Amino acid sequence: MKRRQFNTALAALAATGAFPSLARAQSQKLKVGVILPRSGYLGFIGQSCQKGADLAPDVIKEMLGVDIELMNADFESNVDTARNRAERLIQEGANVLVGPFDSGAAAAIAQVAEQRGVPFVINIAAAPQITEQGYKYVFRNFQTAIDIVREGLDLIGELFQATNVVPRTAVYMHVNDTFGQAMTKGIGAMLPRRTQLPFKIVDTISYDPAAKDLTVEVSKAKAANADFLLLVCRLNDAILLRREMVKQRWNPMGIISPGSPGMYEEQYFKTLGKLSEYSISNVPWYNPKAKLTQVVEKAFLKQNPKDKLVFHGLNAGFTFEAILIAADAFKRAKSTDPKTLADAIRQTNITEKMTLGGPIKFNQKGQVEGIKSACVQNLHMLPTVVLPKEAATAKPVFPVPGYKKA
Amino acid sequence: MPAADLVANVVVSGILTGLVYGLMALGLSVIFGVVRVVNFAHGEMMITAMYAATVLFAALNLDPFLAMLPVAAAFFVFGYVLQAAVINRFITRPEHSQFMLLVAIAIILVNAMLMVFGPDARNVQVDYQLDSYQVGPLLVDKARLLAAGAALVAAAALFAFFRYSLTGKAIRACADNYLGAKVVGLNVKHLYALTFGLGAACVAIAGCAMVVLVDVTPPLGPAYTLLAFVIVIVGGLGSMAGALLGGVLIGVSEALAGLFIDPSAKSMFSFGLLILVLLLRPQGLLGRRA
Amino acid sequence: MNRRSILLAVLAAFLVALPLFAGNYALSVATLILYFAYTGQAWNVMMGFAGQLSLGHALYVGVGAYAAGALFYHLGIGPWAGVWLAIALCVAFGLVIGFLAFRFSISGVYFALLTIAFAEFTRIGFDHLNFIGGPGGMFLRVAQRDAWDLANFRGPPLMYYYAILALTMAAFALCSWLLKSKAGYYWQAIRENEEAAQALGIASLRWKLLAMAISSAMTAVSGVFFAFYYNNLFPEQIFNISRSIEIILGPVIGGVGTLFGPVLGAAVLTLLSEGITESLAALGWEIPGVKQVFYGVVLLAVVMFMPNGIWPALAKRLRL
Repeated sequence: MKRRQFNTALAALAATGAFPSLARAQSQKLKVGVILPRSGYLGFIGQSCQKGADLAPDVIKEMLGVDIELMNADFESNVDTARNRAERLIQEGANVLVGPFDSGAAAAIAQVAEQRGVPFVINIAAAPQITEQGYKYVFRNFQTAIDIVREGLDLIGELFQATNVVPRTAVYMHVNDTFGQAMTKGIGAMLPRRTQLPFKIVDTISYDPAAKDLTVEVSKAKAANADFLLLVCRLNDAILLRREMVKQRWNPMGIISPGSPGMYEEQYFKTLGKLSEYSISNVPWYNPKAKLTQVVEKAFLKQNPKDKLVFHGLNAGFTFEAILIAADAFKRAKSTDPKTLADAIRQTNITEKMTLGGPIKFNQKGQVEGIKSACVQNLHMLPTVVLPKEAATAKPVFPVPGYKKA
Repeated sequence: MPAADLVANVVVSGILTGLVYGLMALGLSVIFGVVRVVNFAHGEMMITAMYAATVLFAALNLDPFLAMLPVAAAFFVFGYVLQAAVINRFITRPEHSQFMLLVAIAIILVNAMLMVFGPDARNVQVDYQLDSYQVGPLLVDKARLLAAGAALVAAAALFAFFRYSLTGKAIRACADNYLGAKVVGLNVKHLYALTFGLGAACVAIAGCAMVVLVDVTPPLGPAYTLLAFVIVIVGGLGSMAGALLGGVLIGVSEALAGLFIDPSAKSMFSFGLLILVLLLRPQGLLGRRA
Repeated sequence: MNRRSILLAVLAAFLVALPLFAGNYALSVATLILYFAYTGQAWNVMMGFAGQLSLGHALYVGVGAYAAGALFYHLGIGPWAGVWLAIALCVAFGLVIGFLAFRFSISGVYFALLTIAFAEFTRIGFDHLNFIGGPGGMFLRVAQRDAWDLANFRGPPLMYYYAILALTMAAFALCSWLLKSKAGYYWQAIRENEEAAQALGIASLRWKLLAMAISSAMTAVSGVFFAFYYNNLFPEQIFNISRSIEIILGPVIGGVGTLFGPVLGAAVLTLLSEGITESLAALGWEIPGVKQVFYGVVLLAVVMFMPNGIWPALAKRLRL
């Protein structure tokens, strides 16, 4: 065979894709479909998560040397739209899906992902059922509501030990939605069995997440005359509650959330100013002392010079990690074939991570176990990790200064 | 059994908040009572007014209570134009058409707010916002008291207008007897537009009062629309005192329901009340049978 | 009339053959369109035929979904049996609301508000019912999704597409037959002038209640489909007033009271929504809220300039 003929034959073979792995490994990008609620009632959280996604490509290129391309979709806080967006992203060539923050949307997207055999890495969603359906393509690097409660309660015990305070009573207020209900069930089951938490819940008050007026709820809570407030909330109602507490001159030992959004978000600080001080949220968080955190923080500040990573700790942190998981699997699999990727994700073992807890490893159900929560207290107008001690950048303050037993 | 002072506090707060809701509903009642159009964009107009108040506060440090004047004026014009230019031709159209029209306007308003202001809650931070007066066992929220006061003043002004001014009487004539009014030579189109403008101005004042108590976010719009309707139906269409009374009634009953039953179910109570009123006395407490 | 039949046949053939050349994304959009077309058609019976404006139709979707869902979740009973419970409950609700309303002479706007109140009341109520999941939602177990398991209504998206297509066609046929039947004429009479109809001896209460019953029964089936297609139900979402508004958008834009209105309306709106999203993405205008503003403007334009809906104007143009 003459050289020219050989070259032509080679070219023809290459064109038909007979040398797939060689061609792909060199010029392949991982297309990551990022589905988040950037409009609708979850809008501000979705945008927060998006910041974590936007900084990912550069950081991951540095870290792992792989190229990823983000395909962003907004599911408008609507479950129907979530399903369609997922289908659309897959159709447009997304190799893996990441998102969506909301449990309802996660369930819908999970079905699409499973059906189409495209891996789906959940950044944030707490409903336990999502990883109980026997899916093979759905992975979650976040705590379930049960984990959140367990970690949250344990941290409360640690808090009391660290500050040498033993409150005897608490009043439990919770928002009556998906999240609040899951937390309430968890608390009801776990609290009685935790002997290092000797406080009793003297009253339970549930309220409507859409309520614009929480006067009655706070009045009831105040009348319970408990030592501290145990609160499961969302952002807007947390702000309303705090204000109402001031108006009604109710100053308990502290406000502790065993695990809910709201009090660590930027809006809480901006709106309440000094009043936001000392509120405590026990939530999955990033480790401020981890190496990866410093890297991500630098990248975050480059893209958002007027913002602070700490206000998006949970949202951006877990979104970034979800994309990291996808990229890491891609690096190991050396292919964008969905099934190969899914298998690779199942073998994930990332020790160099930014969130608290053990290495990122998925169990049979696609769930990461061992994600730890941090006790995050609002100090000097910033959400600050005060527990566990290894990750803490300040000491916890409890009870709040100026607390007097009524 | 909750203590007496707890009940008292809750009732007082319910009355005060109810008055502000009543003012919002007043606008709706006036519009519906006269023009007979169901303003399903009412809550959305309210939040637009709230946003306007936050903008004025941020730009000029203008206290919302002072901002009431310019905002109400602006909304009056907006309402007038909206009615004259767009809604007027829908008066004779079937209800579902009217509904669709206003739903479309509501969607545009809410999402325009989202585009301009983003999804984060907006608010005003005035010094007296978290003050409260102690009157015996009662703790009265200062901001709420001022808001309720503004509501009463606005309602009284509107009432006086309709009762004593010539234009007010003309509007009432249109509401009572459309054909008769036309026969007598009243410019019904202009009067309708005027009424819508006044209703919008009411909403604007209510919004400025409300923004001191609540942060504004886009999804709040539809919630207020629903609330306004509940109050107006219960209080009585076309009756101004009825709107205020309805507001207070809903405010107090929700508060008490929250206290004695479950706070998260307190809205259920309002809707239950609405159903009962619709069935047993559809003209509302102070309305007149059509 | 013949032109219409031909057009219908062509459309039906197109829809049946769609999966052959459409991708999964297009299929999921088509399923959504048909879902809204079917539910809109069900609503249309109450509004277009009997003249009662229901703004709380999500009530029936929700009750139907939860009824069949709960039976499956707690007792493993499949949807073919569950749908009867769904229909029974929804018809009961519909008749109660109808009876209360007509007995107390509630009509027009007041009736609409009554339906809203019932839907909201139920929404908050279900939020507090823990045996069907409460606010945390009910998650139906998805055993498998490859084979067509008609008994449990589990399978690939293709199965759901054909199911909703069949439902929509059946609804179309049913409504078409109803319109031409005695009921149809009585409804028209009642809608045009109830008092005159009563004077002629038509028991308007009975016929109006029939319309409510049929409408709620059809919507119940829609709810059952929803439950087994989405496999998770949250009271906050399924009973929400925005759902009720979504349901009526199709028929109102397409043409209330017409047979083809709901179908056309659903198609136009869904495609418009997807289309705007695509265009905005292409232009790079991805500010949250822009899409809905465009959507609202189009809605406004249609309502203002085509007050009877798109279908009547279109039909006249095409001389159907």
